[in-house]
Amino acid sequence: MTASTATPAPEVTPLLEVRSVSKFFGSVIALKDISAVVDGGQVTCVLGDNGAGKSTFIKILSGVHQHDEGEFLIEGSPVRFSSPREAKLSGIATVFQDLATVPLMSIWRNFFMGSEPTKGWGPFRRFDIDFAKQTVREEMAKMGIDVRDPDQPVGTLSGGERQSMAIARAVYFGAKVLILDEPTSALGVKQSGVVLKYIVQARERGVGVIFITHNPHHAFPVGDRYVLLNRGRMFGTYEKGEIDRDEIIQAMAGGAELAQLTHELERVMAETETASDR
Amino acid sequence: MAEPLTEARAEPAPDPPAGQDERLGRVSPLTRLLRRPELGALLGAIAVFVIFTIADQSGQFADVAGAARWLDVASTIGIPSVAVALLMIGGEFDLSAGVMTASAGILLGLLTVEWGWNMWPALAVVIVFAAAIGFMNGYLVVRTKLPSFIVTLATFFVLRGTNVGFTKQITGQVRVADIDEAGGYESVRKIFGSEIGTAPENFNIRIFWWIALVIVATWVLTRTRVGNWIFGVGGDQIAARNVGVPVTRTKIGLFMATSIACALAGVMTAVQLTSVQADQGVGEEFNFIVAAVVGGCLLTGGYGSAIGAALGALIIGMAFIGIAFAGWNTDWRYLFLGVILFLAVLVNTFVRRQAEGARR
Repeated sequence: MTASTATPAPEVTPLLEVRSVSKFFGSVIALKDISAVVDGGQVTCVLGDNGAGKSTFIKILSGVHQHDEGEFLIEGSPVRFSSPREAKLSGIATVFQDLATVPLMSIWRNFFMGSEPTKGWGPFRRFDIDFAKQTVREEMAKMGIDVRDPDQPVGTLSGGERQSMAIARAVYFGAKVLILDEPTSALGVKQSGVVLKYIVQARERGVGVIFITHNPHHAFPVGDRYVLLNRGRMFGTYEKGEIDRDEIIQAMAGGAELAQLTHELERVMAETETASDR
Repeated sequence: MAEPLTEARAEPAPDPPAGQDERLGRVSPLTRLLRRPELGALLGAIAVFVIFTIADQSGQFADVAGAARWLDVASTIGIPSVAVALLMIGGEFDLSAGVMTASAGILLGLLTVEWGWNMWPALAVVIVFAAAIGFMNGYLVVRTKLPSFIVTLATFFVLRGTNVGFTKQITGQVRVADIDEAGGYESVRKIFGSEIGTAPENFNIRIFWWIALVIVATWVLTRTRVGNWIFGVGGDQIAARNVGVPVTRTKIGLFMATSIACALAGVMTAVQLTSVQADQGVGEEFNFIVAAVVGGCLLTGGYGSAIGAALGALIIGMAFIGIAFAGWNTDWRYLFLGVILFLAVLVNTFVRRQAEGARR
């Protein structure tokens, strides 16, 4: 008995693992039998079309919802979070779409909001502003962003920069698992590229990244593993190299449906072409 | 031709001078200045000072005696408005602030005059009472999630009714008088109601209380964790909560600080005048809010400064005294207040857009 527990499994325990997790809202089956593994230093992409269950899935991981069936393990031990705060304490940081930043506040004030470093004692305990500004500059530099002026209000940053600040903040405060909820959905092509770069940078720093997106073109270049969801169920898990971009697109849209759509599009286009030829 | 140019651009920037970040130089000093919330109020204060110095009929407005007068008025408004400014930065209103000054004075008067208490314990009870009212305001706002405008409007009416009702019931009059006959009055007066300097160049001690409060409030707001929380809860309450700011505690604390600051102002007035009218303080809350808004506080929260609110109170003080010194009918002062408020909001909005728009 003792021998068997002392002997570690041949492969390393994954940072985060879910086994056959399900979630029901009344009679609605939001998620059914979802299994996934997230390792440190890897990007796990969760892909799916609207209504596939991506949001429910990450809300379970980030502690907003609790799973009804299955197991949720962190470093091998089962957990059940009752709030996002609890998840955060276990090292799971979620960058939600609204980013949790205050536009009128400066970058350094935002970066440390809720976890302000202090110096001094008693009534003279104060916010260590020099340290805050210095750290913001350093951490943003690690993400490849040159913060010219930490006093700049966050509202004046571009969407991509703000996204990156939220990522840098999560990484700085010791996130082992970083969940990014559609970080590129509201961004232009160029800025999406910037954010993808930071995702890679966070991965290089050993963070297990969970990247939720409905855009396979964003997921494909950065992902090490792809979890495809369709209508609340697992469509499949693929390692990098096992699947190509077109297959992902096919799988996401439910294969046959997309083929049907392509066919119809071709027909419409052919019709307009013949119409313009006349 | 294009090639050497790109090469030159790719070259690393020269090393910054030791101990200095070369990137900071890119923010123009003007932008830095425009980004200060109190800039509009500072310019306004200078303008108001110049206008009333020119319009002055008494020849006193711009000298020490004049300054003692308008600083006195400014400090009466300024002490509560510093706290009101912090509360507004935290995203809330307190319409009960004006009546709270009267409630504090009446409670002090009733305890000392009617029930024969010593001034000091009575003062302690007044502060506890104010803290309790502030706590109730904050708790109700956080709990019910109703706009603080509505919650504190209710508190305003409750306090207003209680002030008059209780005073009439207990004293048979609509005022509490002869506070100076209470035990301990002289020592309380030394701290809360004495004057420094000889008339007419006598400065009420309240002015120094006001300055001290502005310094403390500025320190809390800009240099402490609590200050960061105040900006956070006012800027985006949900975001602040998501990153672990104790939103409930921060808001309740702000409401309590506001009520206590108002009580302090009320006590000072009561000690100075030795009597309190039961219907005193009604409408004063707007002076406090105007001072904060003129000082650059956003009505929507998340932005502003305590120094700005102090400058706003100074503008109101100079205007009220200036109108009298200019020999104009004092009825005009509310018209003046309205115009100042409107101009200040316009200027502050413009300045803030400039500050943000200047950045790319």
